[in-house]
Amino acid sequence: MTKGQVRILDGVDLVVEPGTFLALIGPSGAGKSTLLGLLAGLESPDGGTVEKDGATLARPGLVAYMPQSDLLLPWRSVVANVSLGLEATGVPRRAARKEALAALERFGLEEFARVPPAALSGGMRSRVALLRTALLDRDTLLLDEPFGALDALTRRDLQGWLLGVRDELAATIVLVTHDIDEALLLADRVVVLSRRPARVALDLPVDLERPRTMEMETTGEFARLKGRLLDALGVSKP
Amino acid sequence: MKRVLPAAFPAALLALLVLAAWEILVRLFGVPVFLLPGPSAIAGAFWESRDLLLRHAGPTAGEAILGFLVAVAAGALSGLLINRSALMERSLYPWLVVSQTLPTVAIAPILVTWLGYGQLPKVLVVTLFCFFPITVATVDGLRATDPDLVRLMRSFGATRWRIFFMVEAPGALPFLFGGVRLAVTYCVIGAVVGEWVGSSEGLGFLMIQDKAQFEIPRLFAEISLLSVLGVSLFLLVALLQRLIAPWTLVRDR
Repeated sequence: MTKGQVRILDGVDLVVEPGTFLALIGPSGAGKSTLLGLLAGLESPDGGTVEKDGATLARPGLVAYMPQSDLLLPWRSVVANVSLGLEATGVPRRAARKEALAALERFGLEEFARVPPAALSGGMRSRVALLRTALLDRDTLLLDEPFGALDALTRRDLQGWLLGVRDELAATIVLVTHDIDEALLLADRVVVLSRRPARVALDLPVDLERPRTMEMETTGEFARLKGRLLDALGVSKP
Repeated sequence: MKRVLPAAFPAALLALLVLAAWEILVRLFGVPVFLLPGPSAIAGAFWESRDLLLRHAGPTAGEAILGFLVAVAAGALSGLLINRSALMERSLYPWLVVSQTLPTVAIAPILVTWLGYGQLPKVLVVTLFCFFPITVATVDGLRATDPDLVRLMRSFGATRWRIFFMVEAPGALPFLFGGVRLAVTYCVIGAVVGEWVGSSEGLGFLMIQDKAQFEIPRLFAEISLLSVLGVSLFLLVALLQRLIAPWTLVRDR
């Protein structure tokens, strides 16, 4: 994959099994977001192929994608923002809003349904954006640093929330993050991309038991995995 | 409404002070009424001719509103075309700019020659006065769409049509209303200019007559009435914005 004159991805060979939670980390500018754009069908590769269930992924709309910023529309209430994805795919407004409201109720957010997004906190905005993505009911979710803009405590909260959403959807998730702890806490597998042009520097299975708790971050196993990831990122070298 | 009254207080107080000073100075120095009538003389002239003035205000308001509505449609449409097509941007946009450098006051007599003394030339003059800010606002508003938002909509699998109606058009509304608020202040001027050139009714027509007959207090009453008309239309647009697009009035985050 080349953008302008810059070669961004170079021979990234990756297979994600259905139902896997995969975290993608790497130095900033490594091409994580570009890779996600390819998986979302928003961009097409110069060479190589992107396939899903054996068929080439050539158009957007087949998988759910959540970008870095929440991109909530100020002229839509929370429930109308959650239903945006459904309405964009042609679901009639009334049915889409009904489904969005049901989703808000399921996650205990119905009191915010009629509120404009400007009145929400950062964490709430992320929840709404995540529900908007989840409501598309695709079997694959692509999340591009969804909690990057949140403070540490809110992020913890949202991470637990994401795991709940995941159990509900039984979806395959690819999460781009720059937070190593987040990757280890959430994912079944962590893939480290190298500097540009990016290759797979490390493909690390995370066999910590579930449900995962924050206390695990203090265990030796967690530290060992974290050490390997830091190594692959080239952070631990002097 | 509770906040409107205190907010309007400073402007009202200033108006009262200016009017009082005006009245006092005119009386103190004995300024002849055909040069500068005082506020009380103007109000008197208005009251005396209120039926005549209000009857002639009707056509003027009609031309201003109709021309303004045509301008909104023409401005939004031309802005949309310019935004959607690079060819339109390069062919149409420059000539729209040129059209704004021509003095509309000078074009008005030609329009009357072509189209007669009816309502049509006045409406056209108003449209010429008003459409350009709306064109520019539409172009800028559509251009300001967040590309990430379009990307998000594409990721849903949305068609271009849906992307336009769900994201680009509502996103352009704050800009559009900016242009419309600017344009609406021109429309009354446009109608009066149209009437000056040739008409048999309207406040512009009355102004020409009263000037010729030295009915100066009534001339001032007509000017005041035009101002009231313009301000009312502006407030109407502001109210419309509050009703249609309330989010454009609050700052996001």
